[in-house]
Amino acid sequence: MSNYIVKRIFASFITLWIVVTATFFLMHAMPGGPFDGEKKLPDQVKANLETKFGLDKPIMQQYGLYLKNLLKGDLGPSIKYEGRTVNEIIKYSFPASAKIGSVAILFSLVVGIYMGIVAALHQGKWQDDLCMIIATLGVTVPSFVLSTFLILIFSVKLKLLPPVGFDGPLNYIMPAIALGGYSLSFIARLTRSSLLDVIRQDYIRTAVAKGLSKKTVIFKHALRNALIPIVTYMGPLIAGILTGSFVVEKIFGIPGLGREFVQNITNRDYMAIMGVTVFYSAFLVICNLVVDILYAFIDPRIKLE
Amino acid sequence: MEKLLQVNDLKTSFFTHVGEVKAVRGVSFYLDKGEALGIVGESGSGKSITMMSIMKLLSDNGKIINGDIYFEGKNLVKADEGEMEKIRGNDISMIFQDPMTSLNPVLKIGDQITEPIIKHKNMNKAEAYKRAAHMLSLVGIPSPEDRMKQYPHEFSGGMRQRVMIAMALSCDPKLLIADEPTTALDVTIQAQILELMKELREKINTSIILITHDLGVVADVCSRINVMYGGLLVETANTDDLFYDSRHPYTWGLLGSVPNPNTLIRERLKPIEGQPPDLLNPPKGCPFAPRCEYTMKICMTDRPPMFEIGENHKAACWLNHKDAPKVSSPFKRGDK
Repeated sequence: MSNYIVKRIFASFITLWIVVTATFFLMHAMPGGPFDGEKKLPDQVKANLETKFGLDKPIMQQYGLYLKNLLKGDLGPSIKYEGRTVNEIIKYSFPASAKIGSVAILFSLVVGIYMGIVAALHQGKWQDDLCMIIATLGVTVPSFVLSTFLILIFSVKLKLLPPVGFDGPLNYIMPAIALGGYSLSFIARLTRSSLLDVIRQDYIRTAVAKGLSKKTVIFKHALRNALIPIVTYMGPLIAGILTGSFVVEKIFGIPGLGREFVQNITNRDYMAIMGVTVFYSAFLVICNLVVDILYAFIDPRIKLE
Repeated sequence: MEKLLQVNDLKTSFFTHVGEVKAVRGVSFYLDKGEALGIVGESGSGKSITMMSIMKLLSDNGKIINGDIYFEGKNLVKADEGEMEKIRGNDISMIFQDPMTSLNPVLKIGDQITEPIIKHKNMNKAEAYKRAAHMLSLVGIPSPEDRMKQYPHEFSGGMRQRVMIAMALSCDPKLLIADEPTTALDVTIQAQILELMKELREKINTSIILITHDLGVVADVCSRINVMYGGLLVETANTDDLFYDSRHPYTWGLLGSVPNPNTLIRERLKPIEGQPPDLLNPPKGCPFAPRCEYTMKICMTDRPPMFEIGENHKAACWLNHKDAPKVSSPFKRGDK
């Protein structure tokens, strides 16, 4: 097991290196630079700035320098925001994304799995249809449409929830729904089909033949097997939701990492783009690793070697 | 002797999108206390569905539409889910065909065996574990305490079937239904499992219903045999009578397809030609008529009643009618 983890961590570093390299060169291949605005800077000022951030050096040298700093955990200074480092930007904006994200994950997991169970146990009846209609809507309706409708209903018409801001728990509700809607639907469908498959297995018949109650059969014998595919989906889900969604954060005015990321790209803030990308990738890689380890605990047939 | 189980005119159907599949079409039989009954028939003859009806383990689209199932005088057809939960695994337990898929892959063997003990015997976990270990050693699993900490994938097929048997017998059931318990195992393991079942039957004194399509298997274990075909019981007799004085051409067909290791001449096995009847539209007359060598006019139009042949011996074939031509079993005493 520990052997496996060491191997996986080593592989993760290679993955991260490939991501860093690809992003670095793609980013520099984009037309325009951090100092090209509507108002053209005087040539001398621009040259001074480029010297300050090392942008005047040959590109391979810049790349080497970036990798060297990265190994020290230094993501460099932001080019656009004077005096702020990329580490600070992430430290400031990630908690907001993470808070909303955690609520969204919890929401999509609890409601999604519940809907999946209800649908599977009432296959072909109205409960099933209702859950699957909601799930289809959740997958097909984009989050900005969902957000807009949520605001229209709960803020404008019913005046129950604040439309924007990031002050208290009430602010979390709508963004969490908008952010978790897709995953919820996905999880509901996955749980349903997986549970339907499992309850037709021989070992479920064995459990019923032992005289166990329906509740024990479903929750102890069926659900644990049915949740295995959902654990697989958890890695990308957690990484994706926690690191935020640009659209949802923008609509609800949440100062999160997703919003930051898109702004950085339009700003050509090279350092910030690199920094956030590296952070995203590292996060995804870690989540996947954790899920794979978790897998071995849920399914005893899997041996990590 | 007192009857443990009495099934009267049981009819079970499955309602599918193409129509009603009449899987069991009026089956009556009984089982005495301590008896071992064999049920033989090819796939789709309704033997498993009859047992599933007794346990009420039918899938959602399956339904008992007629008949009574008396178990110790109690009609199981009318019993609700709560009553059935108390009977299943406690009074009646079941072993299934495929031990590779019949155990839950994510739960430890120990947890799975103790479940029915805790539920039915009112034991706490420690007592149940002790009993489970005892049951496992009874079915010949060495170092049961260690094995209970393992998962099903760490057991071989034969070992898993032993676990299934231990689990089924853990609450001292009055009736054990074994649905083709050896079909999925290789021949040497098959013999071991059968030997074990015979041995345990003597020790624990449980009645057994053994479902199989292998006549050799029932001959070894059972004292009485029911032959099923097309959702009906076609012949029932004591084991000896069924082998040497059977009165139904389908039984002859089954006997003809058993390999005979004693013969010196290499003879081909005789298959029963044709296909079993379509239970979506079951035939009006005898279900075996289209495949039978001795078909008469009446066979196609009227379903044969159960003709009394002798003590415990009945056969549903028109050849047993007093006006029918005399045809006798190609298998006689001393043949095998």
